Amino acid sequence: MLTILIDGIAYGMLLFVMASGLAVTLGLMNFVNLAHGAFAMLGGYVTALAMNRLGLPFLATLPLAFLASAALGAIAERTLYVWLYRRSHLDQVLFSIALVFMSMAAADWLVGSQQQLITLPAWLQGRLEIAGVAIGRYRLFLILVCAALVVALQLILARTRFGARLRAAVDNQRVARGLGINVSAIFAATFAVGSGLAGLGGALGIELLGLDPSFPLKILVYVMIVVTIGGTSSLTGPFIAALIIGVADVAGKYYLPELGAFLIYLMMIVLLVLRPQGLIASGR
Amino acid sequence: MPADIVETAPPAALPERTHHDRAAAILRSRSGFKPPEAAFWLVVAATFFLLPERHLLLSEIAILGLFAVSLDLIIGYAGVVSLGHGAFFGIGAYVAGLTAIHLTGEPLSGLFLGGIAAAFLGLVTGPLLLMRASDLTRLMMTLGIAMLLFEAANKASWLTGGADGLTGVQIQPIFGHFEFDLWGTTAYGYTLVVAICLFLVARMVVSSPYGLSLRAIRENTLRSRSIGIPVGRRILGIYTFSAFMAGIAGALLTQTTMFVSLDVLAFHRSADVLLMLVLGGVGYLYGGLIGAIAFKLMQDWFSAFTPQYWMFWVGLVMLIVVLIGRERLNAWPARLLATIRRGSRA
Repeated sequence: MLTILIDGIAYGMLLFVMASGLAVTLGLMNFVNLAHGAFAMLGGYVTALAMNRLGLPFLATLPLAFLASAALGAIAERTLYVWLYRRSHLDQVLFSIALVFMSMAAADWLVGSQQQLITLPAWLQGRLEIAGVAIGRYRLFLILVCAALVVALQLILARTRFGARLRAAVDNQRVARGLGINVSAIFAATFAVGSGLAGLGGALGIELLGLDPSFPLKILVYVMIVVTIGGTSSLTGPFIAALIIGVADVAGKYYLPELGAFLIYLMMIVLLVLRPQGLIASGR
Repeated sequence: MPADIVETAPPAALPERTHHDRAAAILRSRSGFKPPEAAFWLVVAATFFLLPERHLLLSEIAILGLFAVSLDLIIGYAGVVSLGHGAFFGIGAYVAGLTAIHLTGEPLSGLFLGGIAAAFLGLVTGPLLLMRASDLTRLMMTLGIAMLLFEAANKASWLTGGADGLTGVQIQPIFGHFEFDLWGTTAYGYTLVVAICLFLVARMVVSSPYGLSLRAIRENTLRSRSIGIPVGRRILGIYTFSAFMAGIAGALLTQTTMFVSLDVLAFHRSADVLLMLVLGGVGYLYGGLIGAIAFKLMQDWFSAFTPQYWMFWVGLVMLIVVLIGRERLNAWPARLLATIRRGSRA
C-alpha cells in the first residue's frame, strides 16, 4: 500500500518535471505546444546513447540531457515557435503535431525503432527497507531529485529578479514591455529551461517509461493531462495534478490492471467537467 | 404624367419584401452550384472509368475525404477544434464490422448502424465541450474521449479482437446485386455514391440559415447569443451530424476492406484528418476533399520514396503549410480562378 503510494509519488514527480515547461509555455504564452514530448525524448536519447555508446556514468549524462534539450529548445523557439505565438490554436496544434511526427521519424532513422535500455548504477538498484516499507532506491532518488527541482523552480519564480520579470510578462505583456523588460528574451529563456527540464525528465524516465521513437506521443497525453487538469495559472496546480495522476495511474495499474490507462482518461474527463479551468484557476 | 407614376408606384410593403427577397437571393446564390464545382465532380466521376487499376486507392481517398469534410463541419463552421475526431470514425468502423459478423452482412444496414452509433457518441459527449471551456480544455476533452475509446477497444478483446482486430467481416452484395470484387470497383462506386450523398447533405446544411448561424457563432459567440441564436443547441446539432458523417466514413472503410483493427482509433487518425483538412483549407467543404486527395497522394509518394520515414516528410509539409500560413495558401486557388476569368474576359 505505502509502496504503491511512494511509487505513485515518484511517478507523479517525474511527470511534473516533464510537464513544468509545458505549463509555463501554455500558461505564459498561451501556446499549445504538443511537441513538448519531443524534447523529453531528446533528453532520453542523449542519456541512453551517452551511457551505452560513450560509457559515461548515469549521473554525468543528466546535465547533458538537460543542456541538449535546452539548446534545441532555444533554437526551435527563436527560429520556429516565435512565428506562431500570435496564430490561432489550430495553427499551433498542427505545427506542433508536425514537429512530433518529424521527431519520431528522425529518432527512428537515427537510432532505430528498438527500445533503449540503460543500466542504472548499482547504488540505484534494488530496494530499501524503511520502517518496514520496501522502497525502490531509484524511486527514492527520483523523489529527491524532482523535489529539489520543484523547490528550486518555485524559488526562482518567487524570489529572483528573473522570476519577477517573468511573472510580470505573464500578467501583462504590454505593461511589462513598457517597463523595459525584454519580454521576448525572457520567453526564449523560459522556453529553453522548460525544454531542458523536459529533457531531464525524459532521461530520468527511461527506467520507468521506456524509450523508443513513439515516446513523444506516449508522454504527450500524460503531460497534457497534468497541465490541463492542473490549470495554467501557477505551478502549484500542475504539481498537485501530477501527484494525483501519478498515484492514480500506479494504483490503477496495480489494483485494476484490466482497466489499464482507461482510469486516467476517465479521471481527466471527470476532473475537467468539474473544473474546466483547472484545479487551481486564476481569479480572472 | 407624373400622377400616373405615383399611382402605379408599388405599395408601402415593398421595402420589407425586397429585404426578404434579398435574403432569399443571398441564400440561393450561396447554395447554387458554380462551374468549378461541376468541373470537380466531373473529374471525380471520370476517375471511376479512367483509373480502374487505382480503385482501391481511390476509395480510400473518398473515405478520407468524407472524414475530413465531417471534421470541417465542426472546425470550419462551428469553430470547435477537435483532436479526437478519430473516435467517431473508429466507432463507425467497429460497429459496421460487428454488425456484419453478428447481425447481417447487408451493407446499407451496417453503414447506417455505424453512423448512428457515432452520432449517439457525439450527442452524448457533445455537451462536455459546451461548458465554458477554452480551446485547450476542448482539445483535451476530445483527445481524452478518443483515448478512452481506444483503450476500451483494446481491453474488450472478447468483442473487438483487441490488437489483432476483427476478422471474418463478410459483406453481402449491395442490394443483393453488386458483389464486392477484388479490384475494389464495386467498393469505389459504393463509396463514391455514399460520400457524394452525404456531401450534398452537408452542403445543404452549411448553406442554409442554420449554417449561417453556425458561422455567426464561430465569428462571435457572445454576439450570436445576444441576437437569440441558441448557441449550445446549434453546436451540439452540428457536432452530432459531424459525428454521424465520420461514423459513416469509418463504416465504409470496414466494409470495403472487410477488416477492422485498433488502427482506426489510433491517435494518428485524428492527427491525419486534421492535416488533410488544413492542406485543403478550413471553412469550405471542398477543402476536406481536396486535402484528402493531396494527403493520400503525398503519403503514397513519400512512402514509395522512403518507405519507413514518410512521417517525417508529412510532418515537414505540414510545418511549411503552417509557416507559410494556411489562409494565404488557400487563397491561391481562388486567385488563380480570378486570373483565369480576367484573362478570358480580356
